[in-house]
Amino acid sequence: MDFTFWDIVRNLLTGLQWTAALSVVAFIGGGLIGLLVLLMRISKSRFARTLARGYIELFQGTPLLMQLFLIFFGVALLGIDISPWMAAALALTLFTSAYLAEIWRGCVESIANGQWEASASLAMSPLEQMRYVIFPQAFRVAIAPTVGFSVQVIKGTAVTSIIGFTELTKTGSMLANATFEPFMVYGLVALGYFLLCYPLSLSARYLERRLHASA
Amino acid sequence: MAYQFDFLPVLQNSDLLLRGALFTLELTAIGTLLGVSLGIVGAVVRAWNIRPFAALFGLYVELIRNTPFLVQLFFIFFGLPGLGLHISEWQASVLAMVINLGAYSTEIIRAGIQAIPKGQLEAASALAMTRFEAFRHVVLQPALAKVWPALSSQIIIVMLGSAVCSQIATEELSFYANFIQSRNFRAFETYALTTLIYLCMALLIRQLLNAFGRRYLSRSR
Repeated sequence: MDFTFWDIVRNLLTGLQWTAALSVVAFIGGGLIGLLVLLMRISKSRFARTLARGYIELFQGTPLLMQLFLIFFGVALLGIDISPWMAAALALTLFTSAYLAEIWRGCVESIANGQWEASASLAMSPLEQMRYVIFPQAFRVAIAPTVGFSVQVIKGTAVTSIIGFTELTKTGSMLANATFEPFMVYGLVALGYFLLCYPLSLSARYLERRLHASA
Repeated sequence: MAYQFDFLPVLQNSDLLLRGALFTLELTAIGTLLGVSLGIVGAVVRAWNIRPFAALFGLYVELIRNTPFLVQLFFIFFGLPGLGLHISEWQASVLAMVINLGAYSTEIIRAGIQAIPKGQLEAASALAMTRFEAFRHVVLQPALAKVWPALSSQIIIVMLGSAVCSQIATEELSFYANFIQSRNFRAFETYALTTLIYLCMALLIRQLLNAFGRRYLSRSR
């Protein structure tokens, strides 16, 4: 079968959509779970803190590829048939949650202690303190690194091609094998990721500069 | 029927896992040495705005930091032979690691260099230090000391990222994990143990780099 240049680009664009879809799912899911891990990480319970620390250490200290394999094969052991898409989404969500929890912890801890003390003296509960005093301030600090981390999530999705999820990289591999033009195909694949990631990198930098300017 | 975990078929192959782990460490060592060296050059060029290289390094950094390591690896291994450049699997892996770490460390070290006050260099020349001495003791060492934790994290990320090098048949740790599980069909146990080895290697490298930083970078007061 012959592929014209436009056939290649069209197929890659389809793969790019799956890369984008997986990134969005992982980012939203990871954000929600990351918030839970964050609350555990900064809670008063020693047990919860240790658990959260172990969780973060596990995901930051092991390759994403191994996390994918463990979830892909581990869930299958439970007798549940899991598609590459589900395994990819689950693994990347957990991966993202660990990193976001750690990033956000830094942001929460950057809020001066006096803010906690002042809100406690106003008889706020810990949850109210978090909701009305700490969180709104930490949120401002967190935007730039969070946007910056989204680039890592998008790049992380490339690894899911290894368990057979047909996103941009997998589409590229198949096209490279079919067309014998790896240089051009992988060049285009790289360009696809660049077009997704570079605007996010630029916005992260812009947001960081704006934050420092206003602080 | 509940699944029976059996780690024995994996442990019987621990010699292969060890061989793979050692090769991963080897790749990481070479990649770190060359990658950080490249980063130092890039950081100096960028921080002192040496034309026209500063713009070239800027482009390089953005290209690498905004594309996945796996795609860089495939581009090098499958794409470059098209230009007549043939390299082996492990050479492609090292090259990809060097290029990747080079880009990140350029940015990390540049931040360290830019944090050094101008007056320090003037003071160095007032003390009759040569330009090289001044660079080494007044610019590079304090800059590296400042950013060492960030640089260490990036080196560990590169080590963990090298797991995908098994995809071009580089015989590192995850390559042997794939090999073992394809023979004993104990995929979960094999990858669980392999993951544990990676975790230990990450902790080990962190300790080694911390020790290196304390020994050679921090100033004795």
